[in-house]
Amino acid sequence: MFKILKYSFYDLIRSRWSYVYFLFYLALGFVLLFLNNDVSKAVITLMNVIIVLIPLIGTIFGVMYYYNSREFTELLLAQPINRRSIFMGQYFGVAGSLTLSLVLGLGIPFVLYGLLRSNAIFDFTLLLVTGAFLTFIFVGLSFVIAISNENKIKGFGYAVLLWLFLAVVYDGLFLMSLIIFEEYPLDTFSLVATALNPIDLSRILILLKLDISALLGYTGAIFKKFFGTDLGFLVSMAILLLWTILPILGLGHKAKRKDF
Amino acid sequence: MFLSHPNHKYILGLLLFLIGLPIWASTWNICSDCKHSSIKKTIAIANAYDTLLIQKGTYREFEILVDKPLVIKGIDYPIVDGEKKGEIFRIQSDDVTLDGLFIINVGVSYTKDNAAIRVVQSKNFLIQNMVLEQLFFGIYLEKSSHGKVYHNRIIGDAVDEYNSGNGIQLWYSTDIEVLKNHVQGTRDGIYLEFSDRITITDNVSMDNLRYGLHFMFSNNDVYSNNTFKNNGAGVAVMFSKFITMKNNAFRKNWGTAAYGMLLKEINDAEIIGNTFEENTIGINIEGSNRIKYTNNDFIGNGWAIRVVGACYTNSFKANNFLYNSFDISYNSKLNDNVFEGNFWSSYTGYDLDKDGIGDVPYRPVKLFSYVVNRTPETIVLLRSLFMDIIDFSERVSPVFTPDNLKDAQPLMKTRP
Repeated sequence: MFKILKYSFYDLIRSRWSYVYFLFYLALGFVLLFLNNDVSKAVITLMNVIIVLIPLIGTIFGVMYYYNSREFTELLLAQPINRRSIFMGQYFGVAGSLTLSLVLGLGIPFVLYGLLRSNAIFDFTLLLVTGAFLTFIFVGLSFVIAISNENKIKGFGYAVLLWLFLAVVYDGLFLMSLIIFEEYPLDTFSLVATALNPIDLSRILILLKLDISALLGYTGAIFKKFFGTDLGFLVSMAILLLWTILPILGLGHKAKRKDF
Repeated sequence: MFLSHPNHKYILGLLLFLIGLPIWASTWNICSDCKHSSIKKTIAIANAYDTLLIQKGTYREFEILVDKPLVIKGIDYPIVDGEKKGEIFRIQSDDVTLDGLFIINVGVSYTKDNAAIRVVQSKNFLIQNMVLEQLFFGIYLEKSSHGKVYHNRIIGDAVDEYNSGNGIQLWYSTDIEVLKNHVQGTRDGIYLEFSDRITITDNVSMDNLRYGLHFMFSNNDVYSNNTFKNNGAGVAVMFSKFITMKNNAFRKNWGTAAYGMLLKEINDAEIIGNTFEENTIGINIEGSNRIKYTNNDFIGNGWAIRVVGACYTNSFKANNFLYNSFDISYNSKLNDNVFEGNFWSSYTGYDLDKDGIGDVPYRPVKLFSYVVNRTPETIVLLRSLFMDIIDFSERVSPVFTPDNLKDAQPLMKTRP
């Protein structure tokens, strides 16, 4: 597994796309900090980008990588190697290289602009941690989709749909249900609904750490009471971890059964 | 007859002074090893219109009653220490001047509003260059008029609202100037209740537990060029008429229940040239009518203006709205307020005829802020992609927000 991981990882590290991805974050970080020198304000703007882009790129990159390396996968399958480790290796290779691009791409400009001396370092770390989680989650989901669909177009379609659902449609349904049931106490419902979607969960986790959480008012106070405590933080990390592990298990399960 | 007019009294005083008869104003020196070492005792033996010079030192006295016209002046800031026993100065006479004292340790009481300086039913007083620390109430003006509170420094260390007092409090007082004071760390920085025709200028009120400035039932007042910063809830103007608010700065009143300014039941006011920067809510308006908002800057607030209800015939003209999360939040479909010629940083229209006014009207109420007003829980969707999308579509063709709530003449560039 580690050999394949290493191979996939180096393959991706050498590929153009990781460089583009890395340079994109590098440029984004520098431009943001150039435009306003305030590290903690840049974190807010970054949050908007990260929450939408990371899942999208993770999804598309994962699907693309799986379909492109199909022939190599088939070659590997002919060797006496455990199937699980082939796919796991590829998965961790992709997710790992994307995460590395993210961390380095954003980390370098922020460190140069004095992150270590500012008190935004914890917020920034949280941003990177949730970013890494989102990468692993969405690459995993896209691998599961790709392995279940022989047809590339279908696979791409489902993957993008999944992203669209979690990033946009879910919030729409959430909003509708909040408005329809506005007569009822909705605190617990909105807490649970937020926690169930990794994108929403990451957004709230980061928002609550920032000044802007004051805008959340009364509802924010309830969220803060839950997510702000150590227990709430652990629970939300556990949920993100669960979201990461489930696709991985699914991937292992599918890989074992699939007829190539 | 001759002495009945106050001006004549002064002229007479001047004449007597000129011919060298020191009947009117003798000067008393007070210091710890002088003949007169107690402020209280010296006041008791002084004549009206005398001057008391308090030399540098520490005077452990409280409940000092000033019941005749006197000038009490500190040299090099003598300390008057109340030892937390009660009220310190109580002025109960017209024409009293207090100048340059350092007053500390006012007694905290749960039944009496002890103040460092209390002025009761007096006229023509002047309180200036005082420094008040470790206080309960600072300067308390009670049923007094025609006075001046000038250039004082009031530094409290209030922690809880229930056992702290206000910096400068005016109660049933009229025609008073409050000028160039600095108030911090009290409950309300400056508090007015039933006080008319008050001028509040060039003060700084910051880090107070509750409000920087608080009006209740006070009419025809003017406050201008003040700075209100980092107060618990900002500035509250309530149940008052004909208030003019000019060129003040409201900054960093940030918190779940904080705002730059709260207007409640305010009629016929003018709000001109103020700056609202980084407040959770710039102005929270409730039941306020016929108010003119002109030339104000709203910068980086959560909500620039939040209209809660029953606000009619207000006009918002030539204001700058820069980088607020929400420009305006509005809770009904009915709109009777005018928005005209403002600059909105999120305006995306164009100006083909190059007259500096956008050709497309701007709708300042986002659908999201409308939804949040209806169902507060939906605020959890703040900054999600979905909200940006529906905000955009609502802006293109409004369905939910009041149709006529728009700025038909948005500026293309910020008002200078």
